[in-house]
Parts: sequence; structure tokens; C-alpha cells
Amino acid sequence: MTVSIQHYLLLSVILFIIGAYGVITRKNLIIVLMSLELMLNAANLAFVAFSNVLGDLTGHVFVIMSVTVAAAEVAVGLAFVVTIYTHYDTLNIDVLKMLKG
Amino acid sequence: METIVFYIFATTSIIGALFVVFHRNPVASVLSLVLTLFSTAVLFILLFAHFIALIQVLVYAGAIMVLFLFTVMFLNLKSEYLKFDAVKVPITLGILLPILLISTFVTKLGLQKILPMSTMVDSHPEPFGTVEGVGEVLFSDYLLPFELTSVLIVVAILGVVVIAKRRLG
Repeated sequence: MTVSIQHYLLLSVILFIIGAYGVITRKNLIIVLMSLELMLNAANLAFVAFSNVLGDLTGHVFVIMSVTVAAAEVAVGLAFVVTIYTHYDTLNIDVLKMLKG
Repeated sequence: METIVFYIFATTSIIGALFVVFHRNPVASVLSLVLTLFSTAVLFILLFAHFIALIQVLVYAGAIMVLFLFTVMFLNLKSEYLKFDAVKVPITLGILLPILLISTFVTKLGLQKILPMSTMVDSHPEPFGTVEGVGEVLFSDYLLPFELTSVLIVVAILGVVVIAKRRLG
């Protein structure tokens, strides 16, 4: 039994749904950001799988862009996390309701 | 051989993802995410995406995860008590599990009808997936998005500096 694209897409869907579950249910802001990374990673896997099947390198370019955006997002997000923690002494997202600190 | 490697690393990536979401200790979550990213890098190599696998290990598992680990340890977070939310969890599962079922159905049945090539390609011509091949596409067809990425990074740097400076002043 060989590995087909369905296997990769199914793995991608499973990872994406685990990440989405983490984003929705977890309270810790850092865990939410990490689950977001998990979802991005699942999307990258689907891109690369389709790129292999179609014999086209465009999917790889999309993955490079996605990794760059993820790096920028994590840098800004973690700066926010540090600022929020020093301001509120918590990272519980139910406490963080106000837009104006 | 390829099938065995795929199943081993698919399993480890799913286990790592589950630990990310369900572990109480944030440091353990970060390390589990590193496990998931490494397993995905191995799957990228199986898909003939060698350069992407390299980027995955260097940038994702290297740089981004070190940033996460640094922040978690810098803030000295306690491991939290995972409370079962009797409203949120069933609703979330009720939304997400049908999505899983539908996407399984679509990938199993729909894709075979739309795409005639549902099996993986065993061998590509040489520049596929290497630095040479990806660079050729990146610097010819996608030159403008590549250059605009630099603007994004500058904006991110300036944003982080502004956020961090406001905390001091």
C-alpha cells in the first residue's frame, strides 16, 4: 500500500483541527499562539503535497511566504504577550477584554 | 519503506500536536510543537521538498520555537489547571468534528474525480524542490511578492519596537 495524497491531506486536516480546537478552547494566550502555528503548519503540509502531485513549485513559494508571515506574526504576538503580562499579571484571555489598556 | 516512514512521522506529529493543546505545562507544549515541526520536516523530505524541509528546521523549529521558549521561560508561567468547559468544549467539538468528516469525504471521493493524478509522484526532474528550483520560481514569477515580504518584515520590526518601548516609558 503506497502513500497517496489523500494520506497527506488527511494528516493536514487532523493537525488543522487539533490546532483549531486549541485556539478555541485554551485560555492561555501563548498556547493560543502555538495552536495558530500548528494550523499554519498543517496548511503548509497541504501546499507541499499538492505541489508534489501537480509537479509545480508554486506551492513551495507559498510555503516560504507563509513561514515569513508566521515569523513576523510570532514576533509581534510575543511582544504583545510580554506587554500584557507585565500590565495585567495574567495571560488568561477571558480577563483581557478591554481594547484600551 | 516510504510508507513506514510516513506512518511513523505522521503518528509522532499528531501526538506532538495533541500534547501542544492538552498539556498543562507551557514549556512541554513548546517542546511538543518542536516535535511536530520536525516530523513535518521529515514528511516534506518525503514529498521531495528538501529546501522547505531545511527552512522548516532552521526557521520554524529553530528561530520561532526559541522565541516561544524564551518568552515562556521569561514570564515564568505556572502550569495551569485545565478546567473542562462544559459549554465551550461540546460546541467546539460539534463544529470541528463534522468539518473533519466532510473533509475526509471530500479528499476520499471528490479528489479522485477532479484530479486524475491522486497518487504521489515518485521522482521529479532534478531541480524540483532544491534551492535551485525554488529560487528560480521565486525570483522570476514571484519577484514582487518576495520584495513585498521585506516591507512586511520592516513593519513587524517597527511594530515590535513601538510596543516594547511604550512599556518602558
